[in-house]
Amino acid sequence: MSIDRDTAAKVASLARIRVEDDALPALAEEFNAVLGFIEQLNEVDVEGVEPMTGVTPMRLKRRQDAVTDGDMQDKILSNAPDAREGFFAVPKVVE
Amino acid sequence: MSELTKLTIAEARDLLRAGDVTAVALTEACLSAIDAADALNAFVHKTPEIALDRARAADARLAQGDAPAMCGIPVGIKDLFCTEHVPTQAASRILEGFRPEYESTVSAQLRDAGAVMLGKLNMDEFAMGSSNETSVYGNAVNPWRAGNDGAALTPGGSSGGSAAAVAADLCLAATGTDTGGSIRQPAAFTGIVGLKPTYGRCSRWGIVAFASSLDQAGPMTKTVRDAAIMMQAMAGHDPRDSTSADIAVPDFEAMLTGDIKGKTIGIPREYRMDGMPAEIEALWQQGAEMLREAGAKIVDISLPHTKYALPAYYVIAPAEASSNLARYDGVRYGRRAKLAQGDGVTEMYSKTRAEGFGHEVQRRVMIGTYVLSAGFYDAYYNRARKVRTLIKRDFETVFDEGIDAILTPATPSAAFPLGQMSDADPVSMYLNDVFTVTVNLAGLPGIAVPAGLDAQGLPLGLQLIGRPWAEGDLLNAAYALEQAAGFVSKPARWW
Repeated sequence: MSIDRDTAAKVASLARIRVEDDALPALAEEFNAVLGFIEQLNEVDVEGVEPMTGVTPMRLKRRQDAVTDGDMQDKILSNAPDAREGFFAVPKVVE
Repeated sequence: MSELTKLTIAEARDLLRAGDVTAVALTEACLSAIDAADALNAFVHKTPEIALDRARAADARLAQGDAPAMCGIPVGIKDLFCTEHVPTQAASRILEGFRPEYESTVSAQLRDAGAVMLGKLNMDEFAMGSSNETSVYGNAVNPWRAGNDGAALTPGGSSGGSAAAVAADLCLAATGTDTGGSIRQPAAFTGIVGLKPTYGRCSRWGIVAFASSLDQAGPMTKTVRDAAIMMQAMAGHDPRDSTSADIAVPDFEAMLTGDIKGKTIGIPREYRMDGMPAEIEALWQQGAEMLREAGAKIVDISLPHTKYALPAYYVIAPAEASSNLARYDGVRYGRRAKLAQGDGVTEMYSKTRAEGFGHEVQRRVMIGTYVLSAGFYDAYYNRARKVRTLIKRDFETVFDEGIDAILTPATPSAAFPLGQMSDADPVSMYLNDVFTVTVNLAGLPGIAVPAGLDAQGLPLGLQLIGRPWAEGDLLNAAYALEQAAGFVSKPARWW
């Protein structure tokens, strides 16, 4: 499996990270180095092995389906880069 | 330099309780040491006012009697822990200016036990790194130097600031977090003790998430006894972390008898790597001999899937990171990129993440995105999770056969010069975690104990791996090793 420039561009776009065109070949090369290392996993016989979902066997706890907090709009907005009139503000989404 | 900062937690506790020293005096001594150690770049947000307030409160509590063991003990907190109204950046540009409105459970438990927070500690960005060189704050520097060579060495990573601060006696102890070795590798590089507990022993609530199925907080201390005392205060069930275990936390310090007679210690043959330095091999054998002389039975064991741990980790950890770090979008907290006329939300996301995340974080987020993407999910992510099952099974098998703990080297080398790996392939940096990462994949407790110096006078550590939830027994084995190794060296002060 080898990652080319177009695949690198697609992955960057999926990850929502802007990568300039001239940086794509080097990025593709780095991906290939890491994926080459990961390819070793193909040597392992995993027939019939369950993929791990949680490392500690445990039953998740249940709790009452009740509201336990809230009413802290100021706190929630206190770190927003742009908050107006009690809302998070972002560039126009819908034309 | 005041001798007070050189105290262990246990010594300081006893002096505080006896009234021979005050928490304020201890805290002031640490604050002066921190101000004189900017060259180490360990503390990146100093909190002297908070520290002195808490120290005064601790003295009042001590005067009333029955204060907990951590009361009045000055500690550093890794920048990955959210601390109320105190900058918390995970060493990333994308969290510039973030001041949480809440306190992480672990740092809140320490605070409530009376511990004094001195400030926030340097680390690799989002805990992704093994040398503290991916930090937006710049490199943390190891207080140790090789012989007469003045070259700056890495303190290891990702908890590099924590390790440097404890080794240089800037604080009595520090918190760390460990996803693939980020407590144990820096502890080994700086000649201190680092404990990663069983997955689920500490709450992850309020700790900036890297790879949620692997991350655990733990103590970084000067001695094994201190690790036991501090672990006690950090551990415990938290309803806000569904993976934190609702099981009793034993009195870890009371379990430190130093008696390991009749215990069986496994030596895994797969950890004998090609090209491993002779000094590490020799130290490992000496460690086994010390445990044998202390009455343990030493047996060779096999953990056949060891070789596949790092490749599995470099699928699973980036996959989880790509999901966890999706929240950094420039909307709710942290940095937002300057936008051009006509830019929409997608440009806002991609420009913010491009300028907010450093190179290693970007690379891991994109690798994670790739291995989770349609068409590759089974080939990479599911296969890695199956290999993880096999790695855990390797450990279960030897524990079922009666192994109580496993002895390995902590790292494949001593601390290396900062900048040495800058042109290297990313995979060669990943190899630093070759002995530690299996423990995270299997969810087990592991501890790094300083055991000797190499020919250049740099510290080397050994790792003990325990059964799940058996931190008490593990700490006791580490205590026996610590007593036998008698490591007392300190870095010569140059900063």
